[in-house]
Amino acid sequence: MTEGLVHNQEEFLNNISARLGRERKQQVVKPVWKHRPQWEILKDAAPEELAAQFKKNSLEKTTAVIETTAAGLAETVRGAISQYGGGRVVTTKDARFGDYGLEPVLVESEAHVWNAELGEENIDIAKRAAVGVFFSDISLAESGTVVQFNGKDIARSVSLLPLAYLAIVPQSTIVPRMTQATHQIQQSVEAGQELSTCINFISGPSNSADIEMNIVIGVHGPVEALHVIVTDR
Amino acid sequence: MAMKIGDKSFFGRVDDALQDDFMRQAMSSAQDRLRGKKQAATVEDELVGDWEEWRSAGEEIRQHTLDNLDFYLEQLSENFTKRGGHVYFAKTAEDATRYVQEVAKRKNAKNVTKAKSMVTEEIGLNEALEEIDCNVYETDLAEYILQIDDHDRPSHIVVPSLHKNKEQIRDTFRDKANYTGTEEPKQLAAFARAQLRETFMQADIGVTGCNFAVAQSGSISLVTNEGNANMVTTFPETQISIMGMERLVPTWEELDVMTNLLSRSAVGQKITTYVTNLTPQLVEDSVDAPKEFHLVILDAGRSNALGTEFQSALQCIRCAACVNVCPVYRHIGGHAYGSIYQGPIGAVLSPILGGYEEYGELPYASSLCAACTEACPVKIPLHELLIRHRENYVKDYGKTAEKMAMKTFGVGASSPLLFKMAVKGMPAAMKPFVKDDHIENGPGPMKLWTEVRDFPAPGKGNFRNWFDNRKKGGGAHD
Repeated sequence: MTEGLVHNQEEFLNNISARLGRERKQQVVKPVWKHRPQWEILKDAAPEELAAQFKKNSLEKTTAVIETTAAGLAETVRGAISQYGGGRVVTTKDARFGDYGLEPVLVESEAHVWNAELGEENIDIAKRAAVGVFFSDISLAESGTVVQFNGKDIARSVSLLPLAYLAIVPQSTIVPRMTQATHQIQQSVEAGQELSTCINFISGPSNSADIEMNIVIGVHGPVEALHVIVTDR
Repeated sequence: MAMKIGDKSFFGRVDDALQDDFMRQAMSSAQDRLRGKKQAATVEDELVGDWEEWRSAGEEIRQHTLDNLDFYLEQLSENFTKRGGHVYFAKTAEDATRYVQEVAKRKNAKNVTKAKSMVTEEIGLNEALEEIDCNVYETDLAEYILQIDDHDRPSHIVVPSLHKNKEQIRDTFRDKANYTGTEEPKQLAAFARAQLRETFMQADIGVTGCNFAVAQSGSISLVTNEGNANMVTTFPETQISIMGMERLVPTWEELDVMTNLLSRSAVGQKITTYVTNLTPQLVEDSVDAPKEFHLVILDAGRSNALGTEFQSALQCIRCAACVNVCPVYRHIGGHAYGSIYQGPIGAVLSPILGGYEEYGELPYASSLCAACTEACPVKIPLHELLIRHRENYVKDYGKTAEKMAMKTFGVGASSPLLFKMAVKGMPAAMKPFVKDDHIENGPGPMKLWTEVRDFPAPGKGNFRNWFDNRKKGGGAHD
């Protein structure tokens, strides 16, 4: 993809600077903010406390939680998949499935591993799937949130189209809150690293309160969610 | 203009609303729930710390961004296009819709899915796309309800269908979409899910608004719950996001603060179910991501506020916290404002965007109790801005009678003798209207007040007499 087009920029921005009563600004140094309450939340929490908060807040958002160890993970995932009615399983293409010894479970459950070369067929499979399985890249204790850096292999559809999602949450990925996640993203942007086209913060099943403020779980995205915390990874 | 709702006068709309007991009941119950949820997630949430500190952080960020808006917009545009996206700066609503129409025509688009967006409502995008024979599908549950109910208009910034109850929604689904289920919200939502599933897949273009853009990386952030925004931005080949020009933050650090303020203030959530951050892609290798990404940055009157006493209105993050505490909104509901932006922020913003001629009476839809100012997560002095609007309106657009009344008061108040005579004469002047120590049907400017409630009759004593008496050693209660 080549660089995109810009229309009407100069006139538009000149009008803004004129309204602000000054010349266009070529450089702005962002101030050191006087108020930064975000860094105070759970700032001294130990990993176990962060995991406990992550669990509590996941449950609050009607996300089921299972805690296990790396050794017990395969069995846990096998059990969870069978609980979702034995329907089709779809997963992201992620080396961590191998690292965590999950490949046999995926083979056994005839999981479809996302393969960009198959094109639209992936989407057709995902929309009929019972469960989509993926790893959380960063996990937020404060809100029971999992974060995906989507791309060619870590496809957006896996957490979105199936009836349920199952996120594997290594305990080491749990940070206090969004602050630490955005800080990490900011640093990678500043370092000139390529940015994921979709950084997805997901906190449980889709829901809506649009009808008389009654919470309905399961609207356009998944209707169920499960976070599997791997306590020793 | 698509921002406008209905053709009646302001007071005509208020009359309609005051007679709609059902709507008022729905509004007050929804307001109570929203307010309660916000309280629980802000001042009552121990983990979040000092909520005032968060508000100050929000204010500081928004003020800095607005003061340097040209710089940050240029940075956003540069980073967005560097990654292959296209940016269109639209001076007017018409410029914006024309650009979207052009993109749709070039892509031979037939089906357009939309996530919830007040700014597309503001510019009348649906109508513009339908004009060129596109099918437009609202996919947010509330917007879907309004669309199938003959394009009913939003009554709340965050929950646009707030004025409808579940029985009405059931009936609308039954009459317009052959729904056969009950009024259970779960069943109604499941119906919408089933109706829209394939529509998401068949869409040629996905349209979204933008909660915040991040200048540093050229990203668009969407703060949602239903999963529809993710659908809209995942499957169509082309994505078009439309943002008010003020809706951006410098970097990801500020995105964090603003997302927290928005989620907690709007819906009382620590974070919404989805916070989806989208950036154009340099390499076209994903199966489930748009191939083309357009960003429309809209002025449409916003620059009127820059450099003026109203600049702080642009700090707004559309959380509706002010709407949810407003006693006037509670009684008259959303449609009475005649604008898609309701409540205190609507009464401040609508005249800025649409002018005093159309919206000059809206700043009077306030008791100036300042609950809105107190609730605002970015500390917009809403009630003060309402007063500024009133001053401007009276000066330039005020009715002759009102101007004369103000002028007469000015003359009377400037002369001690005239003032004294007026005060003394008041009980006598009001006598024909007084019944049992109160006025039920007052004359002139009192008429509107006494139509709704009684006014106390002027007392026989007055402050001056009381004060003189007190100086002479009389009792305080004389």
